[in-house]
Amino acid sequence: MAQAEAHAEGQQHPLSVYFWIWGLLFLFSAFSYATDFLPHGALRWALILIFMFLKAGFIVAIFMHMAWERAALIWAILGPPLLLLVLIGLMAVEGDYIWLTRLESFLQAS
Amino acid sequence: MAQADAATAEGGLGSITQDWSGDRETFHVPWGKAMMWIFLLSDTFIFSCFLVSYMNVRMSTTVQWPPVSDVFALHMFGADIPLILIAIMTFVLITSSGTMALAVNFGYRRDRARTTALMLITAAFGAVFVGMQAFEWTKLIEEGVRPWGNPWGAAQFGSAFFMITGFHGLHVSGGVIYLVWVAIRVWRGEYEKQGKYEIVEIAGLYWHFVDLVWVFIFAFFYLW
Repeated sequence: MAQAEAHAEGQQHPLSVYFWIWGLLFLFSAFSYATDFLPHGALRWALILIFMFLKAGFIVAIFMHMAWERAALIWAILGPPLLLLVLIGLMAVEGDYIWLTRLESFLQAS
Repeated sequence: MAQADAATAEGGLGSITQDWSGDRETFHVPWGKAMMWIFLLSDTFIFSCFLVSYMNVRMSTTVQWPPVSDVFALHMFGADIPLILIAIMTFVLITSSGTMALAVNFGYRRDRARTTALMLITAAFGAVFVGMQAFEWTKLIEEGVRPWGNPWGAAQFGSAFFMITGFHGLHVSGGVIYLVWVAIRVWRGEYEKQGKYEIVEIAGLYWHFVDLVWVFIFAFFYLW
């Protein structure tokens, strides 16, 4: 086929890579779903986050071909979202504070 | 990668300064692909704003959050199976991501028939996903879920649910139209003339992103 010609352009990778990742995504989705049967707590949260980041990582790295891009593009795209950690931190502190303020005010009202 | 200097072709920190330094092309990819990535970066911030505000209202409410895994349970085979519809939707979307990845691969091999077929299959899975979401919305609305309240607990549940899944559903619907459009153009041989099969990869980037967002929605909205 046009294998040699096609190899020179774009993102060409063996099909087996995609089938592997596809299978792993199915597996980790099943694991994700299984965490719903665990009691709420630290273990459940840890597993939810582990499977979430594994799935997200496989999709971005392999399906979206980020693993094969140059560092300039990788950091331009994956760097800025790191700032979101600041937003998440701020909003978590804020959420806790509002929760406490509400509790206090509702207790005084009753 | 042909434009890249041989000295920095291997990548690493040095290649970033090389690629960003003045008067040359920064991203050694087709411009459409760089633009799609930048669009997806902005979309990442939009979805993050929704998810972070959801986290904020959920943490700050003093009312019990509705029991999510029971709310999304379906009565099947004589028992209530928790979250089953959402699990099936997740598998539908992952399947469509796989067929899309294959379509991109066959696009670069210039296999027009397979590329078109796989893209249409991907779009069909996307349409199934949207259909299931419409079913889920209908069910919840019939049960009395509104953006301002619901029968089970914190009022913020409805607004967060409709906002997040609605915006994601819009993305999937738009993606279905986009994929069908590109598939038709592949079939007609439009990219054959220009030799631009990266268009399929760019459409694929968008589709995988929609799947990626669902991974986070599934973890934070449905499993928390």
